[in-house]
Amino acid sequence: MKPRQQRMLAVGLAAFGVAIAAALTLRAFDENMMFFIDISDVVAGEYPTERTFRIGGLVVDGSVHREEGSLDMTFRVTDMRCDLAVSYSGVLPDLFREGQGVVAHGRMAPDNVFVADKILAKHDENYMAPEVAESLAKHVEGKMTPLQEGGAECNQG
Amino acid sequence: MWKFFHQWASPPHFYRLAKVLIPWLAVPGLLLIAYGTYAGLFLASPDYQQGDAFRIIYVHVPSAYLSMMAYVFMAVGGGIGLIWRLKLAHAVGAAAAPLGAAFTFLALLTGSIWGRPMWGTWWEWGDPRLTSELILLFLYFGYMALRSSIDDTAKADKASAVLALVGVINVVIVHFSVVWWSSLHQGQTLFKKGGPGMDADMLYPLLAMILGFTFVFGALLARRLRTEVLYRERRTRWVRELVLTPGGGR
Repeated sequence: MKPRQQRMLAVGLAAFGVAIAAALTLRAFDENMMFFIDISDVVAGEYPTERTFRIGGLVVDGSVHREEGSLDMTFRVTDMRCDLAVSYSGVLPDLFREGQGVVAHGRMAPDNVFVADKILAKHDENYMAPEVAESLAKHVEGKMTPLQEGGAECNQG
Repeated sequence: MWKFFHQWASPPHFYRLAKVLIPWLAVPGLLLIAYGTYAGLFLASPDYQQGDAFRIIYVHVPSAYLSMMAYVFMAVGGGIGLIWRLKLAHAVGAAAAPLGAAFTFLALLTGSIWGRPMWGTWWEWGDPRLTSELILLFLYFGYMALRSSIDDTAKADKASAVLALVGVINVVIVHFSVVWWSSLHQGQTLFKKGGPGMDADMLYPLLAMILGFTFVFGALLARRLRTEVLYRERRTRWVRELVLTPGGGR
């Protein structure tokens, strides 16, 4: 083997080794790499009980209730399979609205309500003009099936 | 073919070529950025959710893309330098690192400014996209620090090339972080299934900005490479002749 080919092999093997090492490390830490836990997992009981964690999903349409004269509020978050009640008291980000993505940080209360101490809005990957969104909503409205409360696919733990 | 390549990559030849190349990269780049800035701020309609705040993507997306692109330049330069012992390839890494760090910083800064009103947070530790991009910035810092801590250029080239190659895995992680794991950061808009998830009047200025930023990056890289080559070849005859000829150094 020529020296150049030897060096090529060495660089290639090193890069391959690093890739494997990184893949294994990331796989081992897979759970911890997740920024939030899916609602289905939380409903199935797969969440840390002794520490706070984040949940992510969509705010269910029409589920937001605010207490008169305070910042207290409740709403439901869904991943289109299961949904979960969330209570929160505080200021909301601009993008928080019904039907939009949300990430909540907090812990589960014994009565199966997620008590959030921090709410972050999550934006999706679509950008469009308000007029486009309006006409899109009109066309899609008739076709959307209403979300089922704890639907058939949702496995409760 | 090999002969052509070696001649092209010979320092004096490249030094002259880069000089010709710079205006051809800088002028179209600046024109594209001028169009993208105007169209992005005035012609593109506001977003249905974010209003005018979305317009920060016209800086954020090109910066983020170049933060990764510059690193790939650095790693590929390092790899070629290690395998084929091309002097110019190592110089590419040395020249690209500060540019990459600058674009990474810009991507983090604009993302943070946008994140405060939209997400409701400046920064979230534990988010895979945010954290891996920050690691990218630290990799650039590490690369530059390693380079400047070794006096012998040949040794510095080798050590930093290895670092660049090892770190290239992080570029892959930055890119796929929003696909592999749940993240606060939204998924891909431009390369998502079924075409870009963006209206045409918003999309074209963005594409112009991405292309414009790339051209300007190319011009800056060529400019820095000329300086780098001149410094590395400071003891050679062609540089001495260049400097001693009246007006030749320019």
